[in-house]
Amino acid sequence: MPAAYKFFAEFAQTWGLLYFVGVFLTVLIYALAPSRKDRFDAASRMPLQED
Amino acid sequence: MAQAVAPSKGMTFGEAGSALAFAGLALLSIIIAAKAYTPEYAFHAYLFAAASVASVFAIVNRYYERPAQLPPQTIGGKPNYNMGPVKFATIASVIWGVAGFTIGLLIALQLAFPALNFDTSWLSFGRMRPLHTSAVIFAFGGNVLIASSFYVVQRTCRARMVGDIAPWFVVLGYNFFIVIAGTGYLLGITQGKEYAEPEWYADLWLTIVWVAYLLVFLGTIMRRKEPHIYVANWFYLAFILTIAVLHLGNNATIPVSIFSPKSYIVWSGVQDALVQWWYGHNAVGFFLTAGFLAIMYYFIPKRAERPVYSYRLSIIHFWSLIFMYIWAGPHHLHYTALPDWAQTLGMVFSVMLWMPSWGGMINGLMTLSGAWDKLRTDPVLRLMVVSVAFYGMSTFEGPLMSVKAVNSLSHYTDWTIGHVHSGALGWVAYVSFGAIYCLVPWLWNKKELYSMKAVSWHFWISTLGIVLYISSMWVAGILQGLMWRAYTGLGFLEYSFIETVEAMHPFYVIRALGGALFVAGSLIMAWNVWKTISAGQEAEELSHATQPALIAAE
Repeated sequence: MPAAYKFFAEFAQTWGLLYFVGVFLTVLIYALAPSRKDRFDAASRMPLQED
Repeated sequence: MAQAVAPSKGMTFGEAGSALAFAGLALLSIIIAAKAYTPEYAFHAYLFAAASVASVFAIVNRYYERPAQLPPQTIGGKPNYNMGPVKFATIASVIWGVAGFTIGLLIALQLAFPALNFDTSWLSFGRMRPLHTSAVIFAFGGNVLIASSFYVVQRTCRARMVGDIAPWFVVLGYNFFIVIAGTGYLLGITQGKEYAEPEWYADLWLTIVWVAYLLVFLGTIMRRKEPHIYVANWFYLAFILTIAVLHLGNNATIPVSIFSPKSYIVWSGVQDALVQWWYGHNAVGFFLTAGFLAIMYYFIPKRAERPVYSYRLSIIHFWSLIFMYIWAGPHHLHYTALPDWAQTLGMVFSVMLWMPSWGGMINGLMTLSGAWDKLRTDPVLRLMVVSVAFYGMSTFEGPLMSVKAVNSLSHYTDWTIGHVHSGALGWVAYVSFGAIYCLVPWLWNKKELYSMKAVSWHFWISTLGIVLYISSMWVAGILQGLMWRAYTGLGFLEYSFIETVEAMHPFYVIRALGGALFVAGSLIMAWNVWKTISAGQEAEELSHATQPALIAAE
C-alpha cells in the first residue's frame, strides 16, 4: 500500500500539475489568440440577434 | 395545402415506445406496492403507478388529438421553437419557489419558537429542513434551469428543440421526482445526506430523466444553425453533465430489497463523507453556480441590450471555474478524520476559485457599460445586476471561510447558514427572478410585464429581507463560534451549549422577519406573473397577425 500511495501521490504532484497547467495555457491561447477576435466579437452579440 | 391526400397517421417510435415503457412501469409499481415492506414505500409505488397510467393516457390522447404531421422544424424560414415545456417549467418554478420559501420561513420560526413544530413528526425540523432545501434548490432552481436552458439553447442555436415526447418527459419527469423526494421527507424516507436525501428509487428515476435532459440539450446543440456554441450553452452543458456524474457517484447504493425504500452506500466512513462533500460542494458549483451563470450570460446582455463585456474572459471564466470547483469539496470536512493534506487541498482550490468567480462577476457587471442608466428605469435588470453583486460577495466570503483558521470559528455556526443564503437568496434567487420576469412576457407574447411597479416592490422588499437575514446570521454565527471556544481562567468551557442556544434567540427572530419579507416579495412576483399571463397587453406582432380587425377598431 505505501508504495502504491507514493506512486500515485508523486504522479499527481508532477504529471497532474503539468497537465493542469497545460490545459490552462491551452485555454488562454485559444481565448486570447488575435486571430479569433472577430469570431468572439460576433459571439458576444449572439443574445441580441433576432430571428 | 391540399387536403386531397391525407398523409397516413401513425404513432412515432417515441410515442409507442414511451407509452409501452410507462405501461410496464405501472405494472411493476403495482407489484412493488403490493409487496412493499413499509406503507410509506407502498404510497410512493402507488404514486409511480398513477403517474405512469396518466402518462400512457396523455401520450395516447395526444396522439389522437395531434395532426398527422409532427410540428415542422421551421415556419416561413424561421425556427419553430418548442416553448410548451419551457412555459410549464417557468410556472412550476414560481409555484415551487413560493412553497419552498414559505417552508423556509416556517423552519426559521421553529428555530426561534420551537413550539411551532406542533409536536408532530411530520412538521419536525429534521423533516422540514430537507423539504425546504430541496424545494428551493431542486424544485425552484431546477425548474428555472430547465426552463431557461431549453429557451436559451433553442434561441442561440436557432433550432427547434430535439424530440417530441422527450422535452415533456424531462419537465414532467423532473417535477414528479420533486414530488417523490418531498413527500418522502415528510414520511421520513431519507438517505440522511445533505442535498442527496432522496432514496435509491427516486435517484434511479432522476437518472433516467437527467439522461433524457442531456440528450435533448445535446441534440439541440448538434442541430444548431449557428456555427458557434454560445457561452451560456457551455455553462448549461457543464451543469447537466457534472450533475449526472455527481448524482451517480454519490448514490452508488445497494437497496435492501426492491420492496424496501432503504439502501446502503457501497463505501463507508470517511470515504463516504469525502464523496458526499465532493457531491455537495459541486452541487453548489455546478447546479447553483454554472447553471445560473448561463442565465447571467444570456439574460443580462439581452435585457441590457449590450453585448457580453468580454467574450474572451467568459471562455477563461468557464474553463477555470469548472476545473477548480471540482476540488473544493474537502473544505466541508476541516478538522475531521479526513487526511490533513486533503483538507489543505480543498482549502487551496477554494481560495483559487475566488479569481474565476470574480472574473465572471466583472464580466456580468461590465456588460452594462453604456447601459448603466437602465438600472434606474428597469427593475428587472436591477434584480439581475444586484444578483451578480451578491455572487461576487458570496464567492469572496466562501474562500475566506474555507481557510482553516477562519473555518475553526465559522464551522457548524450560523455564519455558514448566512453565507449560503447570501448566495442562495441574493445570487441564485435574484438571477432566477430576473430570468422569470424576462421569460414570462417573451413566452406568452406580451408587450411587457403587467406591473413594473410590482417588480420594484418585489426588489426592495426582498432586498431588505436578505439584508436582515445575512446580517443577523453573521452576528449570530460569530457570537456562537466565540461562545463555543471561550474558556475560563481555570481551563473550563465558559458556556454550556444551551446558553449559546439562548443567545441566538433574538437573531433567529430577525432572521425569520427577513424570511417573511422574502416570502412577501415572491408572492408579489407570483401575482405579477399571473396577471401578465391572464391580462397582460399582447405584443404588437401577434395582435397584428391574429386580430387585425380589433386593432383597427381601437
